[in-house]
Amino acid sequence: MDDAELRDTVLKVLGQVAPEVDLDDVEPSEDLREQFDLDSMDILDLAIGLYQATGIEVPEQDYAQVVTVDGAVEYLATHAVH
Amino acid sequence: MAEFRMPSLGADMDEGTLVSWLVGVGDHVERGQVVAEVDTEKSVIEVETFDTGTVTELLVQEGERVPVGTPLAVIAEVAEAAGPVPRRTATRTRPAAKASTKPAPKAGTKPAAKPRTKPAATPAAPAMAAARGTARVAASPLARRHAAALGVDLSTVAGTGPGGAVTTSDVEAAAHATALATSPSAAPARTAEPEHTAAVVDEPAPVAPVVPRSGAERQASMRHAVAEAMARSKREIPHYYLAADVDMARATHWLEAHNASVPVTERVLVAALQLKATASALRAVPELNGHWVDGAHRPAEHVHLGVAIALRGGGLVAPAIHDADQLTVPEVMAALHDLVARVRAGKVRSSEYADPTATVTNLGDQGVDVAYPVINPPQLAMVGFGRVRDRPWAVDGMLTVRPVLTATLAADHRATDGRRGATFLAALDDLLQRPDDL
Repeated sequence: MDDAELRDTVLKVLGQVAPEVDLDDVEPSEDLREQFDLDSMDILDLAIGLYQATGIEVPEQDYAQVVTVDGAVEYLATHAVH
Repeated sequence: MAEFRMPSLGADMDEGTLVSWLVGVGDHVERGQVVAEVDTEKSVIEVETFDTGTVTELLVQEGERVPVGTPLAVIAEVAEAAGPVPRRTATRTRPAAKASTKPAPKAGTKPAAKPRTKPAATPAAPAMAAARGTARVAASPLARRHAAALGVDLSTVAGTGPGGAVTTSDVEAAAHATALATSPSAAPARTAEPEHTAAVVDEPAPVAPVVPRSGAERQASMRHAVAEAMARSKREIPHYYLAADVDMARATHWLEAHNASVPVTERVLVAALQLKATASALRAVPELNGHWVDGAHRPAEHVHLGVAIALRGGGLVAPAIHDADQLTVPEVMAALHDLVARVRAGKVRSSEYADPTATVTNLGDQGVDVAYPVINPPQLAMVGFGRVRDRPWAVDGMLTVRPVLTATLAADHRATDGRRGATFLAALDDLLQRPDDL
């Protein structure tokens, strides 16, 4: 997956975790927890959704790297199995 | 023969709208099966039956709003239902307005034995009227409290609920009519004179129309429901509050090790540890687990732990994880995960709202250090958790840094004293030091 596809994937997963979020309004560099009032259950759901979409498991200690859209895209790109 | 009634899904509910039947006359139902959807002020809830058998009558049609306790359907137990089941559909076509404006007109005049002579040919209406005419409540507890608060004499209010039951809407209408009638005079006292209430009799509150509520309406009614319950709590329950700081080093290590060893789908949040520890501590101090009803302390047999869940866009619900003390931590996590998802999708079941025996709120994700909960009546206690944060901590005379959690207990002082509350917090602390045993 290239970056554009990864970005689409991250936004799609975010849409599943928080269906009320208008994906056009997402600020890619801002913390999703603060932007959309996501809690720890939502972040876990985000990690599960990313795993189901890409096969990449985000360990708990790496959650801080995937709580922005930009960060999640970069994380997935870095950890993708080539 | 069992009656399936409009359940009470919390202290803030006194009536509900039957949104849809998921079963029909002649259908077999099992105890615990979801048979109807009911719209409360807060949300649409899937309602389960307590009986196993065959549905022989549907007494309330879709769209009707009826008080808590109103029979909705008749379920014949298996042996009873062995004979031919009369397929009665008359109730489905019965206008809602008729049911509410003519409460049980012939219940007192019809001989009770008469319907039995012609079971198959008897129209549903008399049976319905009889059932409603014998309803034991003329007003729901919430309506009674409402009347007391507004200074309305219940005996002067015309009930628009089936069987003439007085609803909170009736009480409000009566209070409004009285206020209007008395406003020109300088007399501040509410005088429920017959001529004032006559106007109410002539203009009963209309039956709620069957239209889906908008988001704004849902928000407003949710806020109203929360307001009713919380105002009642602070009005009636003498709260006492205790707090204790808990060293979470062991629990945190346990979580990290557990979550590193399982697939992402089976990870556990600290909330699950807190819920399980709370449930076990309630088992150890059972005086805090249960309800205060009719001036009496009623400890509960099971620990059905309510979980305060914020809805996106505002609002709060607190359905229960059943028998939480009997579950493992991963099972509690799975139950919590499932519950949060269903709350947000509007798929909570009636029993989950109806029977929490104590409730937990966790505001740690929002950066709160200490929560001071307001008890959800008629429960006896509510436990609050803040965030787990690194704090200076003295161990064996040495200062160190530990992850620390502040646990609070709000408890009903009518049921317990601070000493039992302190025992509970000590048990909670002890359990969180032994995560392997949870």
